[in-house]
Amino acid sequence: MSLKPTPVSRASPNRAGATLDAFLRWREASIIVVAILLTIYFQAVNENFLTSANLETVSQFIAASAIIACGEVMLLICGEIDLSVGQVFALAPFLMHFGTNAGLPIIVAILLALVACGLIGAINGFITVKLRVPSFVTTLGTLYILNGVTLTLSHGSPVETGGSEAMGNFLGASPYAEILWAFAAVAVMHYVLRQTRWGLHTIATGGNLIGAAEAGINVARIKIGNFVLTSVLGGLTGILEAHRIGSIDPLAGGTTVMFLAVAAGVIGGTPLAGGSGTIIGALVGAIVLGVLRDGFTLQGINAYTFDIIIGAAILLAMISNIHLGRLRRGGGR
Amino acid sequence: MASALRADNIVKRFGSVTALDGVSMHVEPGEILGILGDNGAGKSTLMKILTGYQSPTSGTLQVHGQDVVLRSVDHARSLGIECVYQDLALVGGLSVAHNMFLNREKLRRFPPGMLDNGEMRRRARQVLEDIGVNIPSVDLEVERLSGGQRQAIAVARAVSSDARILLLDEPLAAMGAREAALIIDLVLRLKARGNLSIIMIMHNYGQTLDIADRIMLMQRGTVTYEKAAAETSVPELMDIVRREYRAVRSA
Ligand SMILES: Nc1ncnc2c1ncn2[C@@H]1O[C@H](COP(=O)(O)OP(=O)(O)OP(=O)(O)O)[C@@H](O)[C@H]1O
Ligand SMILES: [Mg+2]
Repeated sequence: MSLKPTPVSRASPNRAGATLDAFLRWREASIIVVAILLTIYFQAVNENFLTSANLETVSQFIAASAIIACGEVMLLICGEIDLSVGQVFALAPFLMHFGTNAGLPIIVAILLALVACGLIGAINGFITVKLRVPSFVTTLGTLYILNGVTLTLSHGSPVETGGSEAMGNFLGASPYAEILWAFAAVAVMHYVLRQTRWGLHTIATGGNLIGAAEAGINVARIKIGNFVLTSVLGGLTGILEAHRIGSIDPLAGGTTVMFLAVAAGVIGGTPLAGGSGTIIGALVGAIVLGVLRDGFTLQGINAYTFDIIIGAAILLAMISNIHLGRLRRGGGR
Repeated sequence: MASALRADNIVKRFGSVTALDGVSMHVEPGEILGILGDNGAGKSTLMKILTGYQSPTSGTLQVHGQDVVLRSVDHARSLGIECVYQDLALVGGLSVAHNMFLNREKLRRFPPGMLDNGEMRRRARQVLEDIGVNIPSVDLEVERLSGGQRQAIAVARAVSSDARILLLDEPLAAMGAREAALIIDLVLRLKARGNLSIIMIMHNYGQTLDIADRIMLMQRGTVTYEKAAAETSVPELMDIVRREYRAVRSA
């Protein structure tokens, strides 16, 4: 029996054409080009851009959204989203603080805080999967609840992080600590997505929910697991940021960091539709957002203008993803 | 010898809808059973119960003479029951190889838990070759394949393990004459390898009589007719369906 392939016709007139063709086919290509062009531009208009002092600032802009984006991308791939992760970010360092105040070693306090974050993720997942509330609504609800809980527990005022200096450095206070955490998270999650059953089943769940279930995949476990993952990453990021800044602020994180993380994922090439996505792309998306923010700050552009630029960047990235994606899939219209 | 698979008095209700109202059936080792019936007769529901995807409201199942309660698709699979669902259950964005090993991926011994993509590719190619399906590359994403190729991948996936009972839900649906012929040919070749029982849900009477050893007709959640394919004919089947239709209309 011979079933002929559907013609995937695409003429590559020459070598250069073929190379360009291969490059366009590479998922993260467009966003990497954008990141490089932006860096060249900002260095051209301001020679202070590529100095180590400024790179440190850029890395701090990038790290938080990159780590959280690792979770959001997994959720987007399996067809869900978590709007509440920014509030988990704010709550986690307070939980750690209460733990250390109660006399626990800081490592134990952090682990307990992360377990609590995982539980919050499990609740988000349970309500979404078992009670069938769309995750957009579930996590909008928990967003408000968690915000209220954090404000109540903290009486609305910041506290010191405390702990030893070495621990503080490890957890984000030393110049490049947080971006190293971000690279580690990206490396691990890229591996999980591309090289493990968990990643494959996450893609299958988002790509064909019923089909995945018919193949015997426990789709509820996959979704709930990715909610737990996202919350834990959100809590970890909150703890890292608190150590970087040296204080725990009940208003830290919030929807700003959550939307930056989702934007990083989307700009990096993860569609909201589910079934596909990239962790590396999300890192590059976070880099683009960090470079934009820092570059325009150096140029003296204010925060209001920055929002306009971010919005335009998201739209441009989406439009190019959709159209380059079409090219990638074989030139069809 | 015990039947390969046997169901007794299966009832399945979805709220107020009774999808199956006391269905009993069996398939013998090496036999092809063709199930015909109207839309909504309960054929897919029966199939999903036989694969452990849904559990019956009441009724019992036997696999090779042993009473079983199927707890999950994986459980049924461990007993040698494999199936191709009406919707194929393929994931468009994943490669042919990944689809063929969906939820029973090959893993490397080291590092533990890492997918063994090379092994899955190799085995996928081997299975496709064994059953004579020609796909340009096992790395192609399934969404780029034609309907017939997808159907073939779904069948190949089902037979790639050591399936002893194969269930096919409308394997020829939405398929051109040439592609349908290829799938029929594939099913007959699988049968010729021996020892495999096949249950096929079909819509075309002629095709069913060509391929099946025995025919079962389902209407409104019950089995209304059953006969060896050699002892019945398309006009006879048409006649029964027409009679039933008239009875329902006058009721
Ligand atoms: N999950 C479900 N929830 C509620 N009702 C269902 C469910 N699955 C099936 N049904 C109902 O059970 C009945 C039988 O459906 P089933 O899919 O088994 O029919 P079928 O014989 O396979 O039809 P077709 O030829 O159209 O595929 C239908 O009335 C259907 O609406
Ligand atoms: Mg059906």
